[in-house]
Amino acid sequence: MDVQEHENENGEENTEMILTQFQTAEGEATGPVLGIPTNSTPEQLRLIINNLLENDEDLPYSFYIDGEEVSGTLQADVLKNTARSTEDKLVIVYQPQALFRVRAVTRCTSSMPGHTEAVLSVSFSPDGSQLASGSGDTTVRIWDLNTETPQFTCKGHTNWVLYIAWSPDGKTLASGGMDNTVRLWDPKTGKQLGKPLNGHRKWITCLAWEPLHINPKANRLASSSKDGTVRVWDTSLRHCLFSVGGHTAAVTCVCWGGDGNLYTGSQDKTIKVWNGEGKLIKTLAGHSHWVNTLAISSSFVLRTGAYDHTGKHYDHAEEAQARALERFNEATNNRSERLVSGSDDYTMYLWDPKNSKRPVARMTGHQKLVNHVSFSPDGRYIASASFDNSVKLWDGYTGKFITSLRGHVSPVYQVCWSSDSRLLVSSSKDSTLKVWEVRTRKLKLDLPGHLDEVFSVDWSPGGDKVASGGKDRVLKIWRN
Amino acid sequence: MPQNEYIEKSIKQHGRRLDHDERKRKREARQVHKDSQFAQKIHGLKAKIHNKKRHSEKIQMKKTIKMHEEKNANQKTGDAVPEGAVPAYLLDREGQQRAKILSNMIKQKRKEKAGKWDVPLPKVRGIAEDETFRVIKTGKRKSKSWKRMVTKATFIGEGFTRKPPKYERFIRPMALRYKKANVTHPELKATFQLPIISVKKNPQSPMYTQLGVLTKGTIIEVNVSELGLVTTGGKVVWGKYAQITNNPENDGCINAVLLV
Repeated sequence: MDVQEHENENGEENTEMILTQFQTAEGEATGPVLGIPTNSTPEQLRLIINNLLENDEDLPYSFYIDGEEVSGTLQADVLKNTARSTEDKLVIVYQPQALFRVRAVTRCTSSMPGHTEAVLSVSFSPDGSQLASGSGDTTVRIWDLNTETPQFTCKGHTNWVLYIAWSPDGKTLASGGMDNTVRLWDPKTGKQLGKPLNGHRKWITCLAWEPLHINPKANRLASSSKDGTVRVWDTSLRHCLFSVGGHTAAVTCVCWGGDGNLYTGSQDKTIKVWNGEGKLIKTLAGHSHWVNTLAISSSFVLRTGAYDHTGKHYDHAEEAQARALERFNEATNNRSERLVSGSDDYTMYLWDPKNSKRPVARMTGHQKLVNHVSFSPDGRYIASASFDNSVKLWDGYTGKFITSLRGHVSPVYQVCWSSDSRLLVSSSKDSTLKVWEVRTRKLKLDLPGHLDEVFSVDWSPGGDKVASGGKDRVLKIWRN
Repeated sequence: MPQNEYIEKSIKQHGRRLDHDERKRKREARQVHKDSQFAQKIHGLKAKIHNKKRHSEKIQMKKTIKMHEEKNANQKTGDAVPEGAVPAYLLDREGQQRAKILSNMIKQKRKEKAGKWDVPLPKVRGIAEDETFRVIKTGKRKSKSWKRMVTKATFIGEGFTRKPPKYERFIRPMALRYKKANVTHPELKATFQLPIISVKKNPQSPMYTQLGVLTKGTIIEVNVSELGLVTTGGKVVWGKYAQITNNPENDGCINAVLLV
């Protein structure tokens, strides 16, 4: 092992050595036990691990000891803080990091007026080329991102548009409103596709598309409603395939998992898991109040489908499906998906819905209800937005509390991750957006500018833009 | 007194005169003119009674007209989109919150244009010094009269200590000191009891401002931190101006309206 010899040579000049064992996040040992000088930095560790794994390129990694990230030297970080001597064997867990880096957004490049009522939902298309917003003025608007001007105004709803969702192939936009209908729009022309999908008896709370790698046609859409049912629609034939009505109260959230299962959270305090045909598989009980929000660990991959940071487009559905499947497998690494739920009982639960009905962890700490939870794109962290004015970070695998991000002075409504999982943006009632850095666990930037509550925020999949909309009726785009 | 319903009986038996409707219409048309002539002619107590009656009649009439108009309007805009859209995650929580100003741009601009002195009470009654201050005679023979007692409500900041009697020119009685005001938020239509921070301006005179005299029309600064108002920069607003709308010395409390 030439690395070891090299390190040993260095060690002979008056630095201490420590025996270390590298491990993956799953707990598999990589390489033999190595003697490493205690003044090694993460950059030097990275050289070693790239060498051990025989990578062709120099890939970025982050290193953890006992769950704490190594930022300075081993000596400064670990040996001083913990009661450990150089005689012990040190286990260093390494995790690959995103190859690209998203720069934090720092300024507002445009405020786009147009909506005549509050903007309730903002969403970038999966390839990041278009932006759509749904508003209380009953319209859905599609915006041109190159010129940052309005492109289409989609009129059709007869009441507030509460939720919008792009299909993972980016060819359809679905919107659900207070008028109990789901409507489909063509983002290329801004025209409504067919008639509204009627069936719900109360307003639509959430929409979810079937993942691209299961269904390359991307023509199945689930909508949850206040009336306690979830309906799954065929968007090419535009009729209801089936309706599931197991919940006894309003369904607040629906998620379509990467293995084809449908997760629904409801105000009847349960989370139910349905298979793709509408058969109930599991009921996850644990919360003692409404379930407000759900998130699955692979949500980012499922949302973006076949599109990645390279911006490549696929002509054939099969190609796109293959790529989407490849990306999904890469992201999940053959492990089952995790589900996190936030509730009105001020807690969150981490579930492993495929393997167990029991929660993996109960995450307590918030002092008011949890309004929104979100997995980081690499699935390693969970961010939660709560009405107690804080955002909290949790470990995505164990549910362990990491840190609390304080700075907002009013309830935090939404959080959104950058695609490299290094940054986090939160929107709040106090009319600001705040960008947080995960590594330092500090506020990176404060983005004032909205004149009233910010209801919705989205970070583009490419990472270059953030869009936000709120009660002041203006859609703002932020860039670095 | 008629002994039976003979008129109705006759109508039933023989019908009405052929020109009954015509006569009735004309009589009704003439009635307004007759009423007007009557109203112009009468005087004295009779006029008073008549006017009072007409006044209440007119109010009633206006109310009914308005009710009819509302009914018609409702029919037209029955399925109008309600204002104040909120996202799905706030729909079930509306009762719990909604304490927030809608500070949109137009309002902001209008306010800037209107200038500083656009306040709810633009004019105040002048208050003479001898109304506000009572002369207190001092000295062994009560011959000196340089001392004054303030007879209006005052606000005195925390940590104030009175001067020794020899040097105290203005006495502000404890009973007329106030620390809190009932402040109405004009857009929320809600009233909160808020602590006063300072007296910003008493329009009567700068000396009153200095003394902290609270009269009708005075601009005071109140602590609004419990309302949870936020600036566009995302900071909590804690001091905001309000104008006093009542005569505190008469009412024993301070009512004010927030200047937004």
